[in-house]
Amino acid sequence: MVLKETKLTDIVFECQNVMYRYTADVTALNGISLTIERGKRIAILGANGSGKSTLLRILDGLYFPTGGQVLAFGDPLTEERFQDDTFAFGFRRRVALVFQNPDVQLFNPTVFDEVAFGPLQLRWPKDEIRRKVTEMMDLMQISHLKDRSPHRLSGGEKKRVALASVLILDPEILLMDEPTAALDPRSQSQVVDFLVDWGGGAKTVITTTHDLDIVETIADHAYIFQNGRVVTQGLPHEIMRDEALLRQTNLIHAHRHAHTTGEVHVHHHLHGAHDHD
Amino acid sequence: MTLNEQVLPQRKAKRRKSFVEKTILGLNAAMEQSLFAEEKAQAKGLLQPIDPRVKVIGLLSLVFAAALSRSIVVILALFVTVIILALLSRIQIRTLAVRIWVPVLLFTGVIALPAIFITPGTPIAMLPVLGWHITAQGVAGATYLITRVLTASTFSLLLILTTPWMQVLKALRVLRVPVVMVVILGMTYRYIFLMLQIARDMFESRQSRMIGILAGPDQRRLAAASVGVLLGKSFQLSNDVYMAMQSRGFRGEVYTLDDFQMQRHDWLALLGFAFVALPAFWFGA
Repeated sequence: MVLKETKLTDIVFECQNVMYRYTADVTALNGISLTIERGKRIAILGANGSGKSTLLRILDGLYFPTGGQVLAFGDPLTEERFQDDTFAFGFRRRVALVFQNPDVQLFNPTVFDEVAFGPLQLRWPKDEIRRKVTEMMDLMQISHLKDRSPHRLSGGEKKRVALASVLILDPEILLMDEPTAALDPRSQSQVVDFLVDWGGGAKTVITTTHDLDIVETIADHAYIFQNGRVVTQGLPHEIMRDEALLRQTNLIHAHRHAHTTGEVHVHHHLHGAHDHD
Repeated sequence: MTLNEQVLPQRKAKRRKSFVEKTILGLNAAMEQSLFAEEKAQAKGLLQPIDPRVKVIGLLSLVFAAALSRSIVVILALFVTVIILALLSRIQIRTLAVRIWVPVLLFTGVIALPAIFITPGTPIAMLPVLGWHITAQGVAGATYLITRVLTASTFSLLLILTTPWMQVLKALRVLRVPVVMVVILGMTYRYIFLMLQIARDMFESRQSRMIGILAGPDQRRLAAASVGVLLGKSFQLSNDVYMAMQSRGFRGEVYTLDDFQMQRHDWLALLGFAFVALPAFWFGA
């Protein structure tokens, strides 16, 4: 079965009351409903354990909801649908996920093999793969790392290779799980610049983060998750102004410190990159 | 008792490295050795730029030639060849001695030593106190064994030191090793470093909170607990890696890109290996 062709303004993902339980006691998503339109840049914010990463894995067809349903391009995402090679290949070609921990994603012996992995699995012609891999490595400025093993890369280099390994498929939708986590400031800024520029606005990007500094730059719509539910959604700059909400959802906290004058000062403190959900 | 007096005995006791220290040093050494091998494999020497398939076939055939040879002259000629190849590939004699010759002499020597006494034959000398006879046949047998092992293992080390490990694995495909096995070996090699790093971090964090040396039972408990944690982490990692593979289209079958292309110098190298290996097989038979 082939994924439905959709118009430019179509909805790409629709979650209807999605539930996901890891075990009977551990509920990651507790009735999530949201709709994502093509070309939108979405930020999903939330503290650790709020269900952000789980949602991305559901949207990528790696987990399947234990309740409710998810539609991708109008088709329900179910385990049965992924048994069909045509559906699976079509979906994998259109949706790509960049994992928070790049070590998970870099399982090939060399950087070149890593970037070539996706096209090889989708059975592209080998000459085309060689050409596209070379182009992608040039684009991501990782050509000099071509023959290097992933364990000899820095954090920023790993992230660039991980990005190249999914972007080579030219997906319509990019799912990014904590893209700035554990990166130095320069690498963070490179990733943010990439998210802003990628696809010239025609691509859909869904980013989970609790790095509030980047939200207004990378997103035109934001959701806040807490305990597996959507607490609120709206324009990033409006959400960022709602300090009470950010404090309630553990995205900011009161930071107390002393000045050299002896005066003790308390202000709200934003959190940057942290660990996996 | 002053503070120094209290501390000094502990310092004396600490001369013997603790279990944790030894583990950290071992993990560091394992990582350093692999980095050293990778650096050597990228050096500009004679063997490094040759197609890995040629090196695998050529050097393995020389390993077999050395192992099967019944002529000491042939084995010694091959030994001289491997040293010349190593020097032309910018591998120092000291590296060969430390990494292969000393261990080979130690382990093979233990096996070969009794042979010089117990092999029946013409006595050529006698041990002064014990009165044991050293036989010519025994000495010949031990020399054959040691030189064969020394030569064959030096050729193997030369392959590893002049070829990135992943290229060696890929080249195994020409020897009809199944692709799934090559991929599994490759992934094992890839993730063993991540696990080594995690293990090293775990032991270092333990070391930073420890004073003195752990007793034997505590060391065993610590080792067992570390193994358990690493097992849990590797299980989680394997699940995540599998999902990352699925996410990029993996459907249970492995496809790889064999990007080897034979150049003129590779054909020349193949001829060179044949030029050495064929006479070695012929005269060694």
